Amino acid sequence: MGSPAAIHLEGLSHWFGSGGMRRQVLQGVDLTVAPGEVVLLTGPSGCGKTTLLTLVGALRQVQAGSVQVLGCQLAGASRRDRQRLRRSIGMIFQGHNLLRCLTAEQNVQMGSDLLPALGYRARRDQAREWLRAVGLGDQLHKLPHDLSGGQKQRVAIARALAAHPRLLLADEPTAALDSRSGREVAELLRRLARDNGCAVLMVTHDPRILDVADRLLRMEDGHLEEGGAPAVQPLATLAVE
Amino acid sequence: MNLPTRILGFWQGRRIPLAILLLTRQPVRLAVALAGISFAGILMFMQLGFRDGLFDASVTIHRLFDTDLVLISPRSTSSVSMASFPRRRLVQAMAAPEVEGITPVNWGLLLWRNPETRGTRSILALGFEPNDPLFTDPELAPKARVLTQKGRVLFDAQSRPEFGPVAEWFRAGRTVESEISGTRVRVAGLVGLGTSFGADGNLLTSSETYRELVPNTPPGSIEVGLIRLRPGTDPEAAARRLQAQLPDDVTVLTKEGFIAFEQNYWRTSTSIGFIFTLGAAMGFVVGCVIVYQVLYSDVSDHLPEYATLMAMGYKLTSLLGIVAREGLLLAAFGYLPAYAAGQGLYLLVRNATQLPVYMDTTRAMTVFTMILVMCMASAFLAMRRLADADPAEIF
Repeated sequence: MGSPAAIHLEGLSHWFGSGGMRRQVLQGVDLTVAPGEVVLLTGPSGCGKTTLLTLVGALRQVQAGSVQVLGCQLAGASRRDRQRLRRSIGMIFQGHNLLRCLTAEQNVQMGSDLLPALGYRARRDQAREWLRAVGLGDQLHKLPHDLSGGQKQRVAIARALAAHPRLLLADEPTAALDSRSGREVAELLRRLARDNGCAVLMVTHDPRILDVADRLLRMEDGHLEEGGAPAVQPLATLAVE
Repeated sequence: MNLPTRILGFWQGRRIPLAILLLTRQPVRLAVALAGISFAGILMFMQLGFRDGLFDASVTIHRLFDTDLVLISPRSTSSVSMASFPRRRLVQAMAAPEVEGITPVNWGLLLWRNPETRGTRSILALGFEPNDPLFTDPELAPKARVLTQKGRVLFDAQSRPEFGPVAEWFRAGRTVESEISGTRVRVAGLVGLGTSFGADGNLLTSSETYRELVPNTPPGSIEVGLIRLRPGTDPEAAARRLQAQLPDDVTVLTKEGFIAFEQNYWRTSTSIGFIFTLGAAMGFVVGCVIVYQVLYSDVSDHLPEYATLMAMGYKLTSLLGIVAREGLLLAAFGYLPAYAAGQGLYLLVRNATQLPVYMDTTRAMTVFTMILVMCMASAFLAMRRLADADPAEIF
């Protein structure tokens, strides 16, 4: 075992609020995700999935427990360390969060601009490549305003991939896509994971893509349960949310 | 690393010009911002232009004198209240070896009657011996010859129109006669001197005529004595030596000192300098408020996007850089129309008031610096809003 686990959580707990309003959202979560592994996380809303993502994504200070992401301990990590780590983590948000003033191509390039080793032209070509990969090769110069919801989400996915992440965190990325392109994006994510040893932790309710996962997890009231091998049938009910 | 590689590296390393895109994709807001900055710039240009024009205009005549040193009475406070001193002092100064020549000058504000409307208005009158050199302008000497005749004056063609259509009538070949303090005078020629805040018009005449116009002038008293030094003499040292030799009923100034004496009066003894500086400061504050408003709402509107960039791994400092660059761009693009409008307004002011208000490099730079400070200060204040961009909130 040369390379460390993409994610290694031990006894991760998290609380929101203070005093009497203090509420525990994560209750001693343990999780290990291997490099290149695709893990899907499901569970009812409010069960702490998003909190888990923000903690793993180095967006929040760890309160209790150990969080190792790409070999970096986040418990007690400085702001600067967390910012540096975030460059290696691709993020796809529930809302697309595209920059309204940039075209699709420029938005994706904001992701590849984080790669200092490449020249401007190479980064732009890469941005175009990623847009083609998500099926938007003919929409390069459109503003988010002129794209449909599904197209915007695909741009967001391309942007996350463009920074060459070693870990991809996604919060319902396929929710706004039709079944065909949702499927394509899921396949794409899996291919990336295979090709670059990039692990994927994805929160989803989309039953059509559960089969791309190497492992399914289910979260309930701040506890994590192994969902075992992907089984499409029983999980189809989760789509109702 | 040599220069071409470095330039290439810079070009290769360039990123999406986010600042410029953020500004230009909201044209209305950008227009409002630029209009505000330009307005502030124009305000500053006008106020500072008036102020500098005033200080400049107050010494229009002073600059013209062909002199190295100037004798004045210590009781004189400015060109509008010149006290007299004995002409003897100037003759005494002539005894000093470094002095080459002297010109006694009478200087006072007299009442000129408008030959058309018969109204009176005070005009700055200079009396001198027509054969003495007075101004550095060589065109004056031949014109001054006519002043040897009594009751003749040379009228400043650039005087304000309230003194009557003297120049037009004279050019049309008419005999222009008027009254000064009840004495009839005839315009025997035109000169071009320029107005100042202290004097709306000027005229030149001989010492003899001047004494007649101001009957209570004691004979042998003058208001200004011009002293020309031999070439190669240091005016500062000569002024100090003369001051030591002469009694203290005269003050010896260099030509620059004479100019500074006049400007200093307007600067310190009147509220004009303060008022115009305050006006410029107001423009600055108004501009600050507008730019701050624009940048603050810009940052607020894009807060989720800034948070996204932070989540992607962009440093807070690079986000601050974006806001700073927006401020810089606003300054540059707001300044250009202000500069153009400033030029236009100065032309307007020159035509309307004959005041020497010009766009000089110093003021152009001053206003640009003010606008830059204004925009950067506002950007700096707006940046504090970025601290609210919490990437954890965007999931």
